[in-house]
Amino acid sequence: MSTNHQRTLVVVGNGMVGQRLVEALRQRDPQRRWRITVLAEEPRPAYDRVALTSYLTGTSAADLSVVPDGCYDDDCVLHLADPVDHLDRDARTVTTASGRVVAYDALVVATGSVPFVPPVPGADLDGCFVYRTIEDLDAIRDRAADTGSGVVVGGGLLGLEAANALLSLGVRTSVVEFAPRLMPAQVDQGGGEVLRRKIQELGLEARLATATERIEAADGGLRMVFADGSSLDTGLVVFSAGIRPRDELARSSGLEVGERGGIVVDDGCRTADPAIWAIGECALVRGRVYGLVAPGYDMAEVVADRLVGGDAVFAEADTSTKLKLLGVDVASFGDAHGATPDALEVVYADPVAGVYKKLVVTDDAAELLGGVLVGDASAYAALRTMVGRPLTDTPERLLMAGPATSDLGDDAQVCSCQNVTAGSIRGAIRDQGCADVAGIKACTRAGTVCGSCVPLIKTLLTQSGVVASTALCEHFDLSRAELFDVVRATELRTFSEIIAGHGRGRGCDICKPAIASILASLGAGHILDGEQATLQDTNDQFLANIQRDGTYSVVPRVPGGELTPEKLIVIGEVARDFGLYTKITGGQRIDLLGARVEQLPAIWRRLVDAGFESGHAYGKALRTVKSCVGSTWCRYGVQDSTSLAIMMELRYRGLRAPHKIKCGVSGCARECAEARGKDFGVIASENGWNLYVGGNGGFRPRHAELFASDLSTQELVRLVDRFMMFYVRTADRLQRTAAWIEALTDEHGDGLAYLRRVLVDDELGICADLDAALERHVGSYTDEWAAVLADEEKLGRFVSFVNAPDAPDPSIRFVTERGQIRPATPVSGDGPPVVAGPTLEVVR
Amino acid sequence: MTMLDVRTWTAVCRYDLLQPERGAAALVGDVQVALFRTHDGAVHALSNRDPFSGAQVLSRGIVGTRGDVPTVASPMHKQVFDLRTGVCLDEPDTAVAVFGVRVRDGVVEVSSP
Ligand SMILES: Cc1cc2nc3c(=O)[nH]c(=O)nc-3n(C[C@H](O)[C@H](O)[C@H](O)COP(=O)(O)OP(=O)(O)OC[C@H]3O[C@@H](n4cnc5c(N)ncnc54)[C@H](O)[C@@H]3O)c2cc1C
Repeated sequence: MSTNHQRTLVVVGNGMVGQRLVEALRQRDPQRRWRITVLAEEPRPAYDRVALTSYLTGTSAADLSVVPDGCYDDDCVLHLADPVDHLDRDARTVTTASGRVVAYDALVVATGSVPFVPPVPGADLDGCFVYRTIEDLDAIRDRAADTGSGVVVGGGLLGLEAANALLSLGVRTSVVEFAPRLMPAQVDQGGGEVLRRKIQELGLEARLATATERIEAADGGLRMVFADGSSLDTGLVVFSAGIRPRDELARSSGLEVGERGGIVVDDGCRTADPAIWAIGECALVRGRVYGLVAPGYDMAEVVADRLVGGDAVFAEADTSTKLKLLGVDVASFGDAHGATPDALEVVYADPVAGVYKKLVVTDDAAELLGGVLVGDASAYAALRTMVGRPLTDTPERLLMAGPATSDLGDDAQVCSCQNVTAGSIRGAIRDQGCADVAGIKACTRAGTVCGSCVPLIKTLLTQSGVVASTALCEHFDLSRAELFDVVRATELRTFSEIIAGHGRGRGCDICKPAIASILASLGAGHILDGEQATLQDTNDQFLANIQRDGTYSVVPRVPGGELTPEKLIVIGEVARDFGLYTKITGGQRIDLLGARVEQLPAIWRRLVDAGFESGHAYGKALRTVKSCVGSTWCRYGVQDSTSLAIMMELRYRGLRAPHKIKCGVSGCARECAEARGKDFGVIASENGWNLYVGGNGGFRPRHAELFASDLSTQELVRLVDRFMMFYVRTADRLQRTAAWIEALTDEHGDGLAYLRRVLVDDELGICADLDAALERHVGSYTDEWAAVLADEEKLGRFVSFVNAPDAPDPSIRFVTERGQIRPATPVSGDGPPVVAGPTLEVVR
Repeated sequence: MTMLDVRTWTAVCRYDLLQPERGAAALVGDVQVALFRTHDGAVHALSNRDPFSGAQVLSRGIVGTRGDVPTVASPMHKQVFDLRTGVCLDEPDTAVAVFGVRVRDGVVEVSSP
């Protein structure tokens, strides 16, 4: 027995559920009666497996971690990459692969599950994968880089998620499903059919009622042979045909396991051995294995309670699901298949719109039992909370409009992942002062797993009368979008008038640039005219980008990345003559760094004379439209992407926006211009152009989503015009399009669908106005550099010192590295630059 | 009792050369000074060196107010400084030097801190 009356808990497995147990016990056991040792097989601490797919679209492994800082210490130890391979129940010890022997007073098995790989010959060939861990995804991504096609075996929830992921990796993907419909566990035949049509439209091939007989190696790839004799060649195969509980430790130590696997436990999650418990996907509780995280969390809470002497029991879990696959909403909840005796089904189907909804009600239509929603699941969160309750309206009306949120009782469950009720959320708002979704998430954990209840949380917040502050800063109570409307309507055109009429004080580094940007978007002349000059951030003030040492970089526009040899030579000459550092940017142009303020006009003079203009690299404005060479040169290209990119860059150049805007045009589906990483991206199809919106590189990468397909050039430009102008008018300050669309989703259910209603169907009746505003912008564009060069007063501000206009700032020092300058470090006005390694100070 | 002002004053520029609510850098000996003319017509002089980045750039920050305090925000990482005291309002342990400043016959003069 351990010292200090401390007892030892050993947890096998550090997945989502094992981790939850550790946190739950820590919370319930502040005196630390339990010492915890966690033995984990994977090489990294627990991570969010539910969000695993986001790893492929840029979320890092570190971002996925679910382990809070400070979770592990002397009393709570985690050993990674050291799986348990032996359990000795008599000695009460476990032994790990590395030979570590750990004694326990209590043992919790939280080993999760493995994907089931059907025993078909060839399933172990190179190129066959499962989809469960970060390592699996690394391997799939490597393979996908070398192949154009993939097959997912299994058309269930996880299979479709994997298929979606393959598509996002640029792999042509087919799904092979044994059942006659997709997602057989969640939806019925009607819902499955709508789902199939929708995802087929989006480029995913589905082969239903198909059994795989074997897999063979063929021509450097794989060939799948089916029971009907047909075959399919592919570069890679992902198996996602269900899960198998990892119950090896129970089996080898004589504990009971279920017929189809799973460690048998009672309602308290305890095995027949009183010292051993099992939780999560490895456990068979109440006769079933749950493949969802929420019931696993409940089991963790039950065991934590029992370990400190409680008597919690695991209650039947909610297996409702809602997800979005390739932009299609799919949800099922309660008794989705109408298994309750005499249940009635009320169905609404619109195959053209791709919507299928079904409610299952009791035979007197008085109580809701469950339902299936495909194509439009906006009513999911509210409907789910009504299961088992009297209907508040006729089933038809509930199907069409969804229930009103005010109907939610305090005991109605809002977040099924974390088991949070409407009552606890109302309590958090009332008693803990939560005023926004982030606050609710922190206080109650609601909305932190799958996020499908976030719209409902928002509604509860609004109903409670707590409105999140959207004030721009201490000087303005209005949000940026509201201020935009005010300025547009009142036609005030100076900061002093605007702040006098609608704010207080003299402004700050938040509201001044925001108003400068609004004025610029509304076409109030040059951004350095009159008082506007005092509102600009230093980058806009000097029409160049400030660097760490106080020098600036200069980026001339290179529309679409196309550059003549003559112009290329001019850039080289300018860089050489002014001693600038040159680097190619990610936006297909050339950055000239190390320019001092007083040098900028002379640099621009040379560039403007050679036909260049400002590239607005310094502005919250359109940056570049990146392109590939397209059908003009490329043997794969199907459209002239370069010409389109140049046309668009010239159309939108100079348009000031809440944040920078980056774009791309690819001439074929190979996507060499990386258009899906951009705010708007265009990808050529055989029939025209596909438009994607809301992509983002940077801090939180995100793929742009398909907004419209097979557009003519004219249709495309019209849509992008509206998209840009609507973004300019309504986004928050420093909100990129990706975040803007997410915010629209929070507000309107589905941001993209909302944008289609506004920009295509003209639901708000503003399209003509947006079109006209954009045309005004195009008509009034002038080059900001040339305008300064032609204006003596503005030129007079490009000096190093008021009393020594041409004296170079003596604190700016460079050293050379690889044949070019770089700032001497540390940047300092005092003392000589530190010269490190094989570098020399240059005197200029 | 009379106090003798023994500071040395250096004329740097005409007052009307300073744009309201926009800074300007001046070279006083080999020291860089950031001059600011606020909305009410007052002139402030701080060290031009941003203590957080070490770059001589404070004169290029945005001028404004926080409450009643006249301020400038560093153009590098946006820390806000009190134009009267040089104290960083976001990190009060940090301050920049404040120079004496006066306007004589329409000319701005700066003294040592
Ligand atoms: C792509 C994907 C998407 C999903 N989406 C959803 C969703 O939307 N909603 C939802 O509810 N659920 C979803 N799930 C399921 C969810 O991730 C699981 O229910 C949850 O992770 C189960 O947690 P667990 O701790 O029981 O198992 P796991 O997270 O699998 O953790 C078990 C851990 O134990 C380790 N282990 C196994 N054997 C040993 C041993 N002998 N010694 C030491 N360690 C061992 C394993 O390596 C693993 O790290 C998804 C799963 C995947 C793969």
